[in-house]
Amino acid sequence: MSATLLAVQTLNGLQLGVLLFLIAAGLTLVFGVMDFINLAHGVQYMLGAYLAVAAYQTTGSFWSALLLALVLSLFFGLVLEFFVFRHLYDRDHLDQVLATFGVILFLNEAVKVVWGAAPLSLPIPELLGGSIQLMENLRYPVYRIALIASGLGVAVLLYVLVTRTRIGMLVRAGATNPDIVAALGVNIRRLFMIVFGFGTMLAGFAGIMAAPILSVEPGMGDNLLILAFVVIVIGGIGSIRGAFLAALLIGLVDTLGRSLTTDVARMLLPPAAANDVGPAIASMLIYILMAGVLFFRPSGLFPAGRS
Amino acid sequence: MKRFLSALAATAMVGAAAAVPAKAESLKIGFMATLSGPPAVLGQHMRDGFLLGVEEAGGKLGGLETEVIVVDDELKPDAALTKVQGLLERDQVDMMAGVVFSNVMMAVYKPVIESETIFIGANAGPSPIAGRGCSPYFFSTSWQNDQNHEVMGRYAGQQGYERVIVMAPNYQAGKDAIAGFKRHYTGEIVDEIYTKLGQLDFSAELARIADAQPDAIFTFMPGGMGVNLVKQYDQAGLKGAIPFLSSFTVDETTLPATKTTAEGLFGGAQWAPNLENPANAKFVRDFVGKYGYAPSLYAAQGYDAARLIDGALTMTDGNKSADALLPALKSAPFESVRGDFSFNTNQFPIQDFYLVQAVKQSGDTYVTQAVEKVFDDKGDAYAGSCRMN
Repeated sequence: MSATLLAVQTLNGLQLGVLLFLIAAGLTLVFGVMDFINLAHGVQYMLGAYLAVAAYQTTGSFWSALLLALVLSLFFGLVLEFFVFRHLYDRDHLDQVLATFGVILFLNEAVKVVWGAAPLSLPIPELLGGSIQLMENLRYPVYRIALIASGLGVAVLLYVLVTRTRIGMLVRAGATNPDIVAALGVNIRRLFMIVFGFGTMLAGFAGIMAAPILSVEPGMGDNLLILAFVVIVIGGIGSIRGAFLAALLIGLVDTLGRSLTTDVARMLLPPAAANDVGPAIASMLIYILMAGVLFFRPSGLFPAGRS
Repeated sequence: MKRFLSALAATAMVGAAAAVPAKAESLKIGFMATLSGPPAVLGQHMRDGFLLGVEEAGGKLGGLETEVIVVDDELKPDAALTKVQGLLERDQVDMMAGVVFSNVMMAVYKPVIESETIFIGANAGPSPIAGRGCSPYFFSTSWQNDQNHEVMGRYAGQQGYERVIVMAPNYQAGKDAIAGFKRHYTGEIVDEIYTKLGQLDFSAELARIADAQPDAIFTFMPGGMGVNLVKQYDQAGLKGAIPFLSSFTVDETTLPATKTTAEGLFGGAQWAPNLENPANAKFVRDFVGKYGYAPSLYAAQGYDAARLIDGALTMTDGNKSADALLPALKSAPFESVRGDFSFNTNQFPIQDFYLVQAVKQSGDTYVTQAVEKVFDDKGDAYAGSCRMN
């Protein structure tokens, strides 16, 4: 493998990592602060993408679609919070898993009823429509660079919010010991609602940003949800910094794994066997990584310190 | 005495058969398709095609009042099996039809065939059913699974592509696709890339392809995976540089999402909306008129399944007993929307296969278009090992 290809693959890995971070950030906030397992986070990501497509069809502009879909994502998130999730905060994890799994089934079917089963798409905005020549034959879309930039932007924003503001302080306190925070006179319910709404918006934002490069279809969030859980478990539940680094790690390991394992296997095995073994190992790599991390750091790389 | 009784029974049966058209008989068909989950769009196309075929016969296939019970297999073989048993035992269906995915087909095939119920497959054609496990009760109005891939392999050879990269998801159908491609391809396979099933981002694979600079790539990426791949292939600037050959990747189920990014890409298929025959012109016109979207090959196969049943029942004057109906079905007494159509010894079609290309039809609608016939009157590779009993 040439150095150029390796550099391109590293870039691809970072980009996958950033996309994963966008999804995992909201999940880790909600899970870490509220101790609430929200399996419906993946369908909220899907909903963001669908809302963006719908808004694009009415307004014809990517930017107003982005704005509109963000607002609508927040709205639907709060509606769900009010009708479903609010009643689950005090229940145990199994109840939460069951109920939010129900939300997955419901919303996956609902988007199919409203928008049909066929995949939809959102065009890349003209402003970001160009591409950069990376290698002979291979161009890198400017939109993907914008995606990386927006992910980094979200990371910085969250970092400032969590470490430099009053609400961030409450969030950190809530992640550590919610009962004491409530005893000190903070309206923990309202804090939860804000955190949840913000998490929903992040999921929606990820969906909107992913829509121009990925297909918008029912169930599109289900695969990513699993990856997002891997990210937050490796990163340490509730830790934004952990989620960021773990997402980049997963993105790199997955992408480089996909491009290297078969080559490595071919050096050791006959070609037919290598074609079987390589992809199998590549798809296991991130789970092996997770098992390894959990073995040495059972609460993840950067545990948020819930007692 | 025994001989006398069977002679009597035979006379009675002939009498019954003659009496059938006089009675207002009905026909009950169990139609199984995948209608939930991400691949639901394939099932939807196939079902809509089938129901259109029934509707055009005035709701009476072969003059019999027809009831179609549509069930969703959820793409779960165990759920499919339960539902098929319900159709056979509780609903007492006269026939089964449909089935999108091969794993579902393998689960339901045995019970349907063993109950001696006629089964018209409208999509999945796994090799065991076409080969050693073939049955006089099973007919296919689609293809054997390998065939559309074979089309692309043959075409790549004809074009003189000497270095090809093949890419498919890492599961049985993906490996079958690549085996099918290789069957008629004579050049060199530079690299075989197996991706994760359900993979979303292909940038690593695309970089690898750009680096290897093959003469063409062949891929089988059904459903949303294909949509992602096609969009990213275009965005990476590979579309103009390296020819894109595919199967079940670029068709009317994915074109509404890929639109202009798929324009000009190639696929292999037995049907396209521009095939010139009266049955097809009518089918495409009526389908768009009724459902408001462009039909795909899945819709065409569903439609042909209904028309095959209609033709055969018309031939037997509404006699739906297996003795009368099986030979009638075998003679394929209908005008297929794909043109030439007859049944092979394993009761899979002998038909033509085409190179199809995604083109813009009008406004925002993209469809496939047959540009070149690659195989003429082609049967599948497994018919030889089928021994009907």
